This record gives sequence, structure tokens and C-alpha cells, in this order.
Amino acid sequence: MDLVFLGSIIELGVLALCFGAFLGFAAKKFHVEVDPRVEQIDEILPGANCGACGFPGCAGFAQAVVDGDAPVNGCIPGGDSVTEAIASILGKSAEVSTPMIAALKCRGGKERAHDAFVYEGVENCISAALIMDGPKACPNACIGLGSCIEACAFDAISMDDNDLPVIDREKCTGCGACVVICPKDVLEMMPADSDVWIACNNVYSGKLVKSVCETGCIGCRLCVRECPKDAITFENNLAHIDYEKCTNCQICVVVCPTGTIHTKRTGEILNDAPKIRAAIEKKKAREKEKREKLKAQNPNVK
Amino acid sequence: MANTFPGGVHPPESKSYSENRPIEILDAPETVIIPLSQHIGAPASPIVEKGDRVLMGQKIGEAKGFVSAPVHSSVAGTVKKIDFHIHPVTGRYEPHIFIQNDFTDERAAELDIFGENWEEIDPKKIVEIAREAGLAGLGGAAFPTHVKLSPPPGKKIDTVLLNGAECEPFLTADHRLMLEFPNDIIRGLILIGKALSAEHLGICIEENKPDAIRILSERAENTGIEIYPLKVKYPQGAEKQMIFAVTGREVPSGGLPFDCGCYVQNVGTAKALFDAISRGKPLYERIVTVSGPILKNPSNLLVRIGTSYEALIEKAGGATEDIGKLISGGPMMGLAQSTDSVVVTKGTSGILLFGLDDALSRPELPCINCAKCVDVCPVNLMPTRIADCGEYNKIDMAQRLGALDCIECGSCAFICPSDRRLLQNIRFAKSEIQRKIAEEREKKSN
Repeated sequence: MDLVFLGSIIELGVLALCFGAFLGFAAKKFHVEVDPRVEQIDEILPGANCGACGFPGCAGFAQAVVDGDAPVNGCIPGGDSVTEAIASILGKSAEVSTPMIAALKCRGGKERAHDAFVYEGVENCISAALIMDGPKACPNACIGLGSCIEACAFDAISMDDNDLPVIDREKCTGCGACVVICPKDVLEMMPADSDVWIACNNVYSGKLVKSVCETGCIGCRLCVRECPKDAITFENNLAHIDYEKCTNCQICVVVCPTGTIHTKRTGEILNDAPKIRAAIEKKKAREKEKREKLKAQNPNVK
Repeated sequence: MANTFPGGVHPPESKSYSENRPIEILDAPETVIIPLSQHIGAPASPIVEKGDRVLMGQKIGEAKGFVSAPVHSSVAGTVKKIDFHIHPVTGRYEPHIFIQNDFTDERAAELDIFGENWEEIDPKKIVEIAREAGLAGLGGAAFPTHVKLSPPPGKKIDTVLLNGAECEPFLTADHRLMLEFPNDIIRGLILIGKALSAEHLGICIEENKPDAIRILSERAENTGIEIYPLKVKYPQGAEKQMIFAVTGREVPSGGLPFDCGCYVQNVGTAKALFDAISRGKPLYERIVTVSGPILKNPSNLLVRIGTSYEALIEKAGGATEDIGKLISGGPMMGLAQSTDSVVVTKGTSGILLFGLDDALSRPELPCINCAKCVDVCPVNLMPTRIADCGEYNKIDMAQRLGALDCIECGSCAFICPSDRRLLQNIRFAKSEIQRKIAEEREKKSN
């Protein structure tokens, strides 16, 4: 064998030995105690570094949860399974929370809600909203330039043909990054097991809404009246659903004259409609009966 | 050599449309729609109700908090309703008071009238009247005057400058005001000087208004007021640039003019202050330039606050061709409007109409690193770098590059040979920085 070749092998070998010895010494000398639980927790976290917990990435959250600075159920995208795993590692009990997902409180895409002016600037909702509050004539409508799509770490939002973001209910983990980024506050968190939501964000009178959008909440309060569980309240010119009471019966979806109330069961809803109408009739009859009964008891009261 | 600042651009002046047109009075409309928010700060809260009869100059909205200003009725008549109407500054639907004019022009007497004794007024009373008269900067930003007149204790103001630069193209409202009311402006300046006990008073005018410089120099003789001709350049009328041009002092980053002992106020505000003190007249009318290449008779109009843009454009003869853009304010910093039903507020300095050809936006090309934007930036920033930070969401870096010092004059976007959306990206970066700062503050307080 060539002597030069052998020489370099020996040289490098000696160097490697020296460095190895030094590194080994340094590792012992400057050893930092890491709580093994931090690593365990970091491994079970989703690893998307979405920041929904308020800490810098998943590793930051793992450290914080071990230190007791973060709640055990702090990882929203991880959901209950991760919460339970963290709780078992830390030997704590975890409260099971309802999983949430994002919902778009607007149906005013380019076909249903017109623009007030032509916007030709930077393609980003926040920039657009800085110019006269955005190009949409409706002051609360979704601008539709997709800042939420960029913000979503889980690829759960896409844009439909009508320039409205669509949230994939399977992929959405409820981290809330899109809710934070939206300059129009047109995204909202709702329980993942609920089907219906009010797809409108306006705070103005019905007349104004009607002039800017075909499908905005005009404040007729039909849904409030027809809801069998009294789960819908009306305040500040907009209906609100109380998800504690809502049973996903879809009656509100059918009665809404402007199609403001949205449901994930778009295909099924048509099949359900006769059933729902029957339910409404039944409720009306029941109320009428009640009124007549009352009338019979107190003839003086109108 | 006239005073100036480093940087700046030279957009076509286009003042000839309206600079020789004397101020005309526009008759009050049948209904005035008065916004409750016409100034920087908290909107006023209404103190009248539907059906109330109000007089001209009567207070109809009370200031809410210190940084706020009251609003006054600009006509005598009946309150029709308080409802949402589109606002020319925010673009949102904001509460406005609708007043049906009964054309009696009956004046309310709410302010003390000092008449010829205006010079004997107590300095504290000046600030009080500025507040009660609802004065706000008439140059465009509409910052409440009484707030500006009350610098924090310990800050000594020695120089008061009146801003008659009017560096925005097309606008001539301040120019006409200086020609037609020079005495009122000078008296207003003396009053401001008195309120702040400042020794040095000056009026700054761009050199393209020699007639205004001449007339004010004549009237200011023996008053100790100095007239500073400034080089014709945009943004010469920005207060920090004007202070530097005249005094050589620099307002520190993040600071306000009082941090370097200066105070800048628009000439129109000085006249309004004199009107309030000497004639007891609150701020319910202002001068608006209605101009633009497609307007039939560009004019300078004295209009009541709450008159719709439509009425002003009609008075100026209307458009001769299809409207491509309607701008409230000057073409550089003004705000394009989506409708002419918006109304004149305290900050409306001009209404400009452009045809479809002028409204075309050119395609954005790649940056060629020519550094023209860096040369013209009046605040010595690097617009192209900050805009890139905005575009690629490098918010911390934008902050380090001084994005918050940007005065949003638009010189960089004007000069850019590649038509890059520099200002828009910088504004995005600024809004993100401010959001970040607010978030951090919230975190700290928790």
C-alpha cells in the first residue's frame, strides 16, 4: 500500500481519537440535566409548530407543560388523545375538552356580494383591508385573498370558485391561526361536532346588508322564532347559535330566507327538508294549542 | 436658496386648474350628514336625538375622552336620524347625524365672542375654546387641536410654524385661503403662539405661491412673524420635513414635533382658531379644492361640513368624461373613494376626479435595485428593503429597518421605475409590527 495513503489514515485516526476524547470529556463535564418527560412529550405532539398554544413551537410547549407553565390540554391541534398522553406522562388528570374547528362566517363570495371598488394591490387580505377597509362593499365580508390559507399549518383551507375559503373539517385541528390572522374577523371557532353555523358577520341593519349582499343576515329573526330548542339568540343585528343547546336539527337552515345559515350537510339537507317542515308545523300547532289553552284559562288576556 | 429637506420627489404640480379661482360659497344642501368621527381619536358621542331642532354651530356630538373633538351642526334644522353612512377616511359604515336643513341659518351662541379684544384672551382660554369649537387639523390628518396645544409638562415649545406649503399636487385650498384671509391667519398664529408662549413664529410657504408669500410678508410686517419660502418639492408639507427645512432640527424617531421644541399647524386651522375666538364660530365649514383633469370648472369652495361629494362635484360643473378615480385629499396621500355619497369632513382638503386613463394601474415588475426609492425617501429609510420584509413576512427585520418611522408619503412608490407596490407592502409591515407590539403589551399586562 502507498505509504502516503497509510500516513493520512494514521494522521486522521489520531486526530479523530483526540477529538473524540475531547468531546467525550466535554459531554460529561458540561452535561445538562434534561427532563426525559420533555422529550417524551415533544415526541407525541403533532410537530406542526403552529403556535396555537402560545409557546415557540412544540418543543417550547413541551418544556412549558413540564414546568407547569402551560395547561395539560394546551395543545389544541393534538386534541384529546395528545392531552391524555401528556397527562399520563405527567401523572396529572386531564379535562377532556370539546374539539373545535374553524368556520367561515360569510357566504358573500364574488357572485353574491359585490365589490365597492377594483383592488389591484398586493394579494393579501391584511394589505387589502388597510385600503378603505377592503374592496368588498359589505364592511364585514370575507375579502377572499387567502391570508388564512397561508396561515393554516395543516393545509385545511382551500379557496372555492366563488373566492371564499373552504375549511376541510377533517383536517382542521382548531389551532385558531386563521382566526387570528383574518383582518375582518370573519372566521370563528365552533364545536367540531356541530353542523350548523351563522355564515354572516355583519353588525348593521338589514337594509344596509341587503344593499351589499344577497345572502347576509337581514335580521328577520325567523330562526330565533322557529328554533325548537331556543338555541338561537339575536343581538347586534346578527343571529347567534348557542351550541350547548343546538341539536343540529337544521330547522334554522331551512327557514332562513337569505340562506345565511350554513350547514355541513349540504347534500342531505334537501332530503331532510320535508321532515323539517313537518317539524316546524308540529311546533306551530303545539304553540297554537298552548296559546288557546292559556286563552281558555284567562279569557281577559289577549 | 430656499429651505428644504433631503430626498423628496417632484410630481407634476397641476395647480393651474384651480389656483386662480377665488373661493366660492357652496349653498348648504337640503340634508347634511355629519360624521361623529372627523378627527384622530375617539369618535364623538351624539347629544341630540331624532326630531330635535338644532341651530347652526350647535354642538351635536360631545368629545369622548381627551384625544377627541366635539362636532357641530353646520346648518339650522331638524335631526332626521342618526344612522350608519359610509365614511370617507375609514371606508367603513360609521354613525352619522342626518340633519334636515330649514335654510334659516339661525346661529347658536355657545362660544364666548372676543371680537376686537381677541388679543387679551387668557392662554388657557385659547385651548378651551379650541376644544369647544371642535378644532382639528385642517391639513388632512385632523388631529384635535386642543390636544396639540397641550404639550406634556416639561416640553417647552419655542417655535410655532404655520404650514402653508400645500405640497400635494392639485390642491389649492390653502393657497386661496392665504390670499383671501391673510390677516385672520396671522392673528390665528399669534393666538397659537400665545397659548404655547412660544417666542418664534413663522409661516412656511412653497415657492410656487409667490403671491401668497408676498401678501403674507406685507401683512406680517412689525409682528415678528417670519415667512419662510420653501423649495417646491413633495412632501415639503409633512411636519417633520418642514421642521427640518426651517429650523434644522430633527424630530427623534418615534417622537413628535414637541420633542424638538416645535409646533406645526395648518394655515386653515389658524384661521379657524381665530374665527372661533374672535367671532365665536365653531368649525362647521371649510375650504375644499374640487379639481382634476376631467372636471368642467375646477374650483375652491367654502362648504358646510356634511355636504356630500356629489354636491361639490355638481357645483364644479361635473365630470366631462367617465370617472376612473375619485380621490379625497391630494393625489399622493389622498384616499380613493368608492362612492360620491361620502361627505366633507373637517379633514377633507380636496376632491379630485380622474378619468379612466389616469386610473390604470401598471403591472408590477421585478426590483432592479436602482435605489431611487432610497434616494427620495424623506425619512432616510430603505423602502425597497422594508417592502420586501413586508412581502415575505419578516416583521422583526422590518422593525429594525425603521418601518415605523415611515410617514407613508408614497414618494418611493411614485419614483419606482418598476412600479413596485412599495408603500402598500410597507404599510402591511407597519400594521403587523403594531399588531405584534400590541400583542406583547397584552401579554405583559396579563
